[in-house]
Amino acid sequence: MKTAMGVQKQNRAPLLQGLAFGLVFGFLLQKGGATKYDVIIGQFLLTDFTIVKIMLSAVAIGMIGIHAMKTLGWVKLSPKSGSAGMNIIGGLIFGVGFALLGYCPGTIAGAIGNGYLDALVGGLAGILIGSGIFAALYPQLSQGILKKGYFGDLTLPRLLKLGDWVVVIPVALCIFLLLCWLEQAGL
Amino acid sequence: MDFLTQTRWSPYAVGIGIGILSWLSFLISRHPIACSTTFAKISGMIERLFRGDKVAAKPYYQKIKLVVDWQYMLVVGIVIGSFISALLSGDFQWQWVPPIWDASFGGGVIPRVVVALIGGVFIGFGARWADGCTSGHGISGTLQLAVSSWISALCFFIGGILAAHVIYRAIG
Repeated sequence: MKTAMGVQKQNRAPLLQGLAFGLVFGFLLQKGGATKYDVIIGQFLLTDFTIVKIMLSAVAIGMIGIHAMKTLGWVKLSPKSGSAGMNIIGGLIFGVGFALLGYCPGTIAGAIGNGYLDALVGGLAGILIGSGIFAALYPQLSQGILKKGYFGDLTLPRLLKLGDWVVVIPVALCIFLLLCWLEQAGL
Repeated sequence: MDFLTQTRWSPYAVGIGIGILSWLSFLISRHPIACSTTFAKISGMIERLFRGDKVAAKPYYQKIKLVVDWQYMLVVGIVIGSFISALLSGDFQWQWVPPIWDASFGGGVIPRVVVALIGGVFIGFGARWADGCTSGHGISGTLQLAVSSWISALCFFIGGILAAHVIYRAIG
């Protein structure tokens, strides 16, 4: 039998876990320099490869661990559904905004914690407005452009009709070689 | 414990840390690390304050639900975690205009805030359009080898590289 307190505690656990994961994530982003406009814009100007190095090493390590846990039956993956209309057009709009703002939704939270006021006053307000505009247009968009070229929650192994590890290992290897090449090139 | 007070860590140390964090968030919380939906929730919650409960009935807010959840607290945690890291290393500072912007466009606060606001509108709109951001698609989605996420992440970078070159090489 659960007490009222017990139920409440149960509901609170995911919130506390989220907060804890966020604390560590924000700490890491700040230590990596990813909360800084100059580091992000330097990536897009191809003069500072910090962001690519952080992301690719996170993806390689994360991918190997997540697929190991999937093989062991410990976790279930949740790949997002997508379509050409969603991911290409949305991705390009996001990318243009990323360069104008110099922060993304995760790093802007870190930038605010770092004391950056352009993030707090300009960027945050903009993201809230842009999200609100999308919510207003969603009924029309969801029946039109977002459905174009729909492919569902497809993953690369299923697309290529290969086993998970036949894809994971070469992708990890490509990331490793790309990072080695970046270091060798002095970038 | 010197590493806690260092200003910068190797990007590989940070990346490996985020990779391991992604294992734990899947294993413990059954959630991938992601951020941008939270901003859509906050936007809807603010609108609800002014326009009442009919806001929550909008189809998009029926889909994402206007409640404080795991990811919402993750975003709150990022602000605090970054603040702690910056305080420990002495890297915390109030700053309106970033140095690279200053060098090309000067130290005026208004132009920087206006461009940040416009960029934010694109980001908020584009993240919802693509159904994810640099963390949800760029890290958590690509590491699951999701096709939607690899396409999105590539397009984030293509759009970002093109726009940054226009801003700094053509205009600045």
